[in-house]
Amino acid sequence: MTQEEPTRSDLTGKGGGVRIERLFSWWTLATGLLVLAILALILTTTTKQAWPAFQDMGLSFITSSTWDPNPASGNPVFGSLAFIYGTVVSSLIALLIGVPISIGIALFLTELAPRRLRGSAVMVVDMLAAIPSVVFGLWGVLVLAPLLVHVYQGIHDVFASVPVLNSIFGEPVGTGRSFMTAGVILAIMIIPIVTSISREVLSTVPQANKDAAFALGATQWEMITGAVFPHSFGGLVGAVMLGLGRAMGETIAVSLVIGGATNITPNVFAGGNSMAAVIVQQFGESTGTFTAALIGLGVVLFGLTVVINLAARLVVRRAEARVQGAAR
Amino acid sequence: MTTTVPPAERADAGPPSLRPSALAPRRRITNRVAQVLITLALVVALVPLAWVTISVLARGFQIISWEFLTEDIPNSYRRHGPGMAPAIVGTFLITGAAALMAVPLGVFGAIYLNEYGKQKPLAQVIRTMADVMTGVPSIVMGLFIYTVVVVVTGEQTGFAGALALACLMLPIVIRSSEEILRLVPDDLRQASLALGARRWRTILTVVLPAAISGITSGALLAIARAAGETAPLVATIGITFTVNPNLFSGQNTALPAQIFRNASQPFEGAQERAWGAALTLVVIVFVFTVLARVVVSRFAIKER
Repeated sequence: MTQEEPTRSDLTGKGGGVRIERLFSWWTLATGLLVLAILALILTTTTKQAWPAFQDMGLSFITSSTWDPNPASGNPVFGSLAFIYGTVVSSLIALLIGVPISIGIALFLTELAPRRLRGSAVMVVDMLAAIPSVVFGLWGVLVLAPLLVHVYQGIHDVFASVPVLNSIFGEPVGTGRSFMTAGVILAIMIIPIVTSISREVLSTVPQANKDAAFALGATQWEMITGAVFPHSFGGLVGAVMLGLGRAMGETIAVSLVIGGATNITPNVFAGGNSMAAVIVQQFGESTGTFTAALIGLGVVLFGLTVVINLAARLVVRRAEARVQGAAR
Repeated sequence: MTTTVPPAERADAGPPSLRPSALAPRRRITNRVAQVLITLALVVALVPLAWVTISVLARGFQIISWEFLTEDIPNSYRRHGPGMAPAIVGTFLITGAAALMAVPLGVFGAIYLNEYGKQKPLAQVIRTMADVMTGVPSIVMGLFIYTVVVVVTGEQTGFAGALALACLMLPIVIRSSEEILRLVPDDLRQASLALGARRWRTILTVVLPAAISGITSGALLAIARAAGETAPLVATIGITFTVNPNLFSGQNTALPAQIFRNASQPFEGAQERAWGAALTLVVIVFVFTVLARVVVSRFAIKER
């Protein structure tokens, strides 16, 4: 600033809507704070509503695998370990299938794709994100699951005599509604988010690093493993964690294809249930402590996804900040 | 380590060949395989997209008709035949009400982040938490609204569902609007301020008009996403088989909720209606998504 100080006659005066200015800025601040308020309210109100169930069950709410809302004798029992197990297993399957595909697409978009193909490739991912989850669920339960049974049977037969694998790939359930089917559907559903974050992360790799790798005689794949991956590893971890958060919270599609059994088994072809799916399946017929227990599942789910999302965002942000630091 | 090794004698004196064929076969094949696998990833993602689209189109068109769009839902899952009007009306009303709440609030939140908060710690916290909020499972939003609205009023209504959807849309609108506001050139703000306009006036008359197409596009995408949400509605809106145009009293229904209900039935009639509802929903979501793209390309911020 080399100019002279302007005369400060009217510029800071009381006229011209100082009051409106103040009201306006407070109003925008209030709407911004709404986000924090809603998150805090979700935590407090749902925890309060779920309290009877937490009080009844204590720690066994998450360590017991007995879920019996309407027992013939006496007290209902709400142990959600089987559902936590189902959430973890179906999400892990989703990551195992979805992450390589997502990172592959992201690499294709950033490194391989010819410019004119890039637009339509991005559109494929966008359209995948636009399809409502309930439609994937409908397709999964009526079209995919009945077909997958035969695939499962084939895999089961192949591994029938291999020690550990024959319990993982056990006897498939007749309807095809299983952990595996849920995992496959979830994999499709997390592809858009993992791809778009991975793409963001991969595009921060400096061109100079890539050129340097090529100048040393690297092939394209060697350039990717030598220059791109080390640079973007942190960000990719963040992308995978965001996908995990999405997979764990997905409700409707999973509820339709996972089978609805309270089941802890290594057999991925068996039916089971997940936390989110149980809530939506049983909420309609629940009363009293049963409702409280289902809301309690929601509280656990909320806590888990918030922690995972927060960690993922911090990881991605730190990775991006490091890139900016390096560029300076 | 310090001794210099003399370069090995090469048989031919010319420069080394840089052609791909000169690579060691192992390296060349690894590279080729990796390239093919990476390209294959896109094809693999294309399969479910095409398959789902074809299934929905093929099965949906079998039942969809004028009657399907205008008649009440049969109150027995076993019955064949049309009727999805209450769900279509419900989807439009509930999603519309949610948008009316979430879009203005979200835009003002974005204005705070980009125009007032900037890099302040509070703004950073809100930004991060808005990102986290987009990751909160939609079923949790449903339980939240069930707890604070349905339990209190003692009634499941369309409005409760709209509130749940609004909670889902809010962070999406905030983050997408903020991205757009950031693209508005600072020159515009400075010019307006230099003319003596206060910041609120600058924001309302200069910044927002410049960003309106991007904000609209982001809002349309948020609406498209909310229209397809099922889980928050299951606990909040209940069920009805006739059109209920009143959001504030009486139970309601929506397309995703109907798809979910009917898909879990073993009866042919219900499954047919689920496919029909799915086709209707996909068309609605698709229209909003395309609209968002058109708005953005038509009225994009002029690059200067």
